[in-house]
Amino acid sequence: MGTPLAASPDNGAPTGACAALIPTLEGICGADHVISEPRELKTYECDGLTAHRTAPALVVLPEEAEQVAAIVRACAEAGVPFVARGSGTGLSGGALPRSDGVLIVTSRMRRVLEVDPRSRRAIVEPGVTNLAVSKAVEPYGFFYAPDPSSQVVCSVGGNVAENSGGAHCLKHGFTVHHVTGLEIVTPDGELTWLGDGTGVSPGYDLLGAFTGSEGTLGIVTKVVVKLTPLPEMVRTLLAAFESTSQGGTAVSGIIGAGIVPAAIEMMDALAIEAAEAAVHCNYPAGAGAVLVVELDGPASEVEAEAAAVRERCEQAGAGEIRSADDPADRARIWAGRKSAFAAVGRISPAYIVQDGVVPRTALSGILGRIAELSSAREGVRVANVFHAGDGNLHPLVLFDDRIEGAGEAAEEVSGAILDLCIEAGGSITGEHGVGVDKAKYMPKMFGPTDLDTMQFLRCAFNPRNLCNPGKVFPTPRLCGEVPGVRHGPPPAVAAGELEQF
Amino acid sequence: MTAAGAEAIAVALAGTGAEVRPAEPSDVVGGVLPSCVASPATVDQAAGVMAAAAGLDLAVVPRGSGDTISWGWPPARCDVVADLSGMDQVLEYAAGDLVVKVQAGVRLGQLAEILAEKGQRLALDGPPGVTVGGAVARNAAGPLRLRYGLPRDLLIGITIVRPDGALAHAGGKVVKNVAGYDLGKLFAGSQGTLGLIVETTFRLHPLPDLSAYVIEEYRESAAAAEAVLAAAASPLQPSAVELERARVGGPIRVATLLEGTPSGVSARAERMRTLLGRSAETMMAAPDWWGRTGEASPSGMTTVVAGGTLVRVAFWAAELRPVLDAIDTVAGEAGVAVSVGGSAGAGVLYALLAAGQDPGQVAVFVRALRAATGHAAGPDGGGLARGSVVVLTAPAAVLEAADPWGPVPSLGLMRAVKQQFDPGHLMSPGRGPGGI
Ligand SMILES: Cc1cc2nc3c(=O)[nH]c(=O)nc-3n(C[C@H](O)[C@H](O)[C@H](O)COP(=O)(O)OP(=O)(O)OC[C@H]3O[C@@H](n4cnc5c(N)ncnc54)[C@H](O)[C@@H]3O)c2cc1C
Ligand SMILES: Cc1cc2nc3c(=O)[nH]c(=O)nc-3n(C[C@H](O)[C@H](O)[C@H](O)COP(=O)(O)OP(=O)(O)OC[C@H]3O[C@@H](n4cnc5c(N)ncnc54)[C@H](O)[C@@H]3O)c2cc1C
Repeated sequence: MGTPLAASPDNGAPTGACAALIPTLEGICGADHVISEPRELKTYECDGLTAHRTAPALVVLPEEAEQVAAIVRACAEAGVPFVARGSGTGLSGGALPRSDGVLIVTSRMRRVLEVDPRSRRAIVEPGVTNLAVSKAVEPYGFFYAPDPSSQVVCSVGGNVAENSGGAHCLKHGFTVHHVTGLEIVTPDGELTWLGDGTGVSPGYDLLGAFTGSEGTLGIVTKVVVKLTPLPEMVRTLLAAFESTSQGGTAVSGIIGAGIVPAAIEMMDALAIEAAEAAVHCNYPAGAGAVLVVELDGPASEVEAEAAAVRERCEQAGAGEIRSADDPADRARIWAGRKSAFAAVGRISPAYIVQDGVVPRTALSGILGRIAELSSAREGVRVANVFHAGDGNLHPLVLFDDRIEGAGEAAEEVSGAILDLCIEAGGSITGEHGVGVDKAKYMPKMFGPTDLDTMQFLRCAFNPRNLCNPGKVFPTPRLCGEVPGVRHGPPPAVAAGELEQF
Repeated sequence: MTAAGAEAIAVALAGTGAEVRPAEPSDVVGGVLPSCVASPATVDQAAGVMAAAAGLDLAVVPRGSGDTISWGWPPARCDVVADLSGMDQVLEYAAGDLVVKVQAGVRLGQLAEILAEKGQRLALDGPPGVTVGGAVARNAAGPLRLRYGLPRDLLIGITIVRPDGALAHAGGKVVKNVAGYDLGKLFAGSQGTLGLIVETTFRLHPLPDLSAYVIEEYRESAAAAEAVLAAAASPLQPSAVELERARVGGPIRVATLLEGTPSGVSARAERMRTLLGRSAETMMAAPDWWGRTGEASPSGMTTVVAGGTLVRVAFWAAELRPVLDAIDTVAGEAGVAVSVGGSAGAGVLYALLAAGQDPGQVAVFVRALRAATGHAAGPDGGGLARGSVVVLTAPAAVLEAADPWGPVPSLGLMRAVKQQFDPGHLMSPGRGPGGI
């Protein structure tokens, strides 16, 4: 992206505008909480997607919202770009730092500020981990519904930025459905609240628009979350099928029966093989696919729905069906599914985790085409793990990185899968976000006017594009350029021009 | 607007292929008579209308069924009403995916019938005659909001026409999708001030096999509030927890809706009765006051009788009793008659002040209620407001004496958004918070 504002010398120590910021930032957060030592900076050079790496010029670790505001003001005054980081588990390079910028890390902002069980609300700081919210409210009979698989480590601020969902979002929804207020620091350093915690705040739904904006519209400093009553009963079923298409028939049957399970997950033979090798999950031997269906709610409903789910699975040709109610038994069923990503490491030296979405009913067809794609490439295999209820695929593209060209072949297959998703009317990302990784696919999913219009929002919040620049959109828009002539979109802006500001 | 001006407008707009006619008295928007009404039948015609209007610097107000078109502040200017009620096609219904894509003019009732054939529904219980575009533009919802949220929560894709006539999409037709900014959220509740909503895609839910209502009546606000909070927090998973109080100081009725399988619902209803109180009853049909904001007219539309005032009070649920008491006290002091109802379990109540009351006193009620609930001054300095008192509709004299919006958090950012989308201030100018 153009010429950096302050280039780093070879030893990586900050220079120019960033170096000049150090005393100011130390004044705000204390010297202990400003990192400029190149070796320490390296810790922050990537998020969960290690393919993209850039060490930041500086890292700051504020503890209070006011400190974040002061840091952002200092950056804005100096014209230095800044990027927020929570726990760094993102899988699209959203928290990838700028070598000429400041990385603002929320790991010291970890307080649960208020729990109001009567209002079914809690207020937390952005660095609080997703699971810690549920833990804090469990004594009152509640949980925090969005549950990304990374919930032990990922931060609520990161969840807001990515609009994260989890296996249970089929029934319970995403982060945006469970957040009713955000205190943010705007990109010019002002503290303000979006929403008032009720869910029906007057005026534009800036809270909804901010959620999922991947850190490009400001930095979250407090989050009001909705609390959901703990379900009275949770039942997990595991059904084994000969093929994924049989499994798909069962899913259609379940949805057709008017049931919305909390989760419906599927794994294909290769994914099962990997999980078996890693955690000995003891899934039914020889299965071509397994379906994990979880039902939660009032006991009387769960019983009735479980009977219907079992029936649909049998009709679709399920071999073995297991069922579990108590947490330990349920965890055993989930173990294979939860380990799947890491487990493929057991059967392949290297792999890429893809994240794409197709309309649920297109799943079977897409799986067939994914199989064709991988069989056409020497040395590339694809293991499929997916949220079958909502068509969110997580193909794991396996390859041997010791073989020349295998990485490229895997990249090609991985990219071609996204093309299939777009062709089927789906999306290039269901939960991992666009970040830097998928910005180049945005023009395949959206037209130039669509992208231009989205950037109206960015320009309203972040007109100088100092806040997480280079993410989500392939081509930045110059915000000063108000579309005065009201016919058609303004001319595209070439990348790089942005640095003119 | 001169007559020649009106003619020139009609000619320019007719060139877009949309049906254009001169405005009639029934087309008035909040007392402002537009020059003409343009009724596009297609997305392209809608885009053409907007481009032509922008070219002539004309102010546009979008209209759905027109049910509530005059609610809120009148537009500062209105040259053209863009009537979307003719764009009433269901574009794509993928029952197996639980997704439907419709044009903005489709009516909720019309859509419900089509979806019911497949045992599905859009979990938005608004009046059957209103359009999906209007429901989204207002982000308005009925009792089901407790479980299913607002239109913004069900909307997964949107096509809009910008004030400059450009067509833009966001979201898509899959439920799980985090690619790009979610402009649907921004347009939900935009009240016609950012552009035209022309197509919407929603996630659907299965129709429940059985619905049951468990109802109880209370004398005291404290007992009613406890019942509401207990029901909303219970693992019985109610789809709605509603409340009604027909007059100040009068008895309070609380009703909860349970939906699900026949065996599941009857077991839950039994337990809900225990939770609500000794004389709680289970009914298979909704009470007559269910989901009624204002008085239902024979057509099934929610029109507040002309001259009436409808106030929406939003709060953190734990504040329910203080809010009920504040309404009582303040109504008594202002000397106005008020009936209260709404989604108490979700922290939303509507206060209806019937027509024929002194507008000055109605305004006193609104201002005093803001003061009593702590929502009089904006929490500037960055505080969390925790609620609002918004006048949805009222006679002009009331609106003049009491800002219908009240304090709005982040108004500066809202202005910036408006400026980006509508730099010429041509979309429903003046109707949004702070005169946006
Ligand atoms: C093993 C594994 C499993 C995963 N499973 C899931 C899953 O099931 N569902 C799912 O949705 N995701 C999943 N993810 C992805 C990731 O965990 C989520 O995107 C998560 O929300 C990121 O949180 P974080 O705190 O790690 O954010 P980071 O990676 O630190 O940052 C992510 C983005 O958020 C921005 N950001 C962070 N904090 C703030 C803030 N306070 N204000 C503004 N912007 C901020 C960053 O700038 C960046 O753009 C998984 C990741 C891993 C590694
Ligand atoms: C239970 C219940 C609760 C309600 N709560 C609220 C509430 O909290 N707040 C509230 O405001 N209303 C509320 N209403 C009223 C509700 O908003 C209206 O009944 C409905 O939205 C009007 O739809 P319509 O098609 O008649 O739109 P209209 O009355 O024609 O228009 C309504 C508004 O939307 C705009 N608009 C209409 N169509 C479009 C479009 N396609 N693109 C862009 N803008 C458009 C109009 O300019 C106008 O501002 C409630 C109604 C019910 C039944």
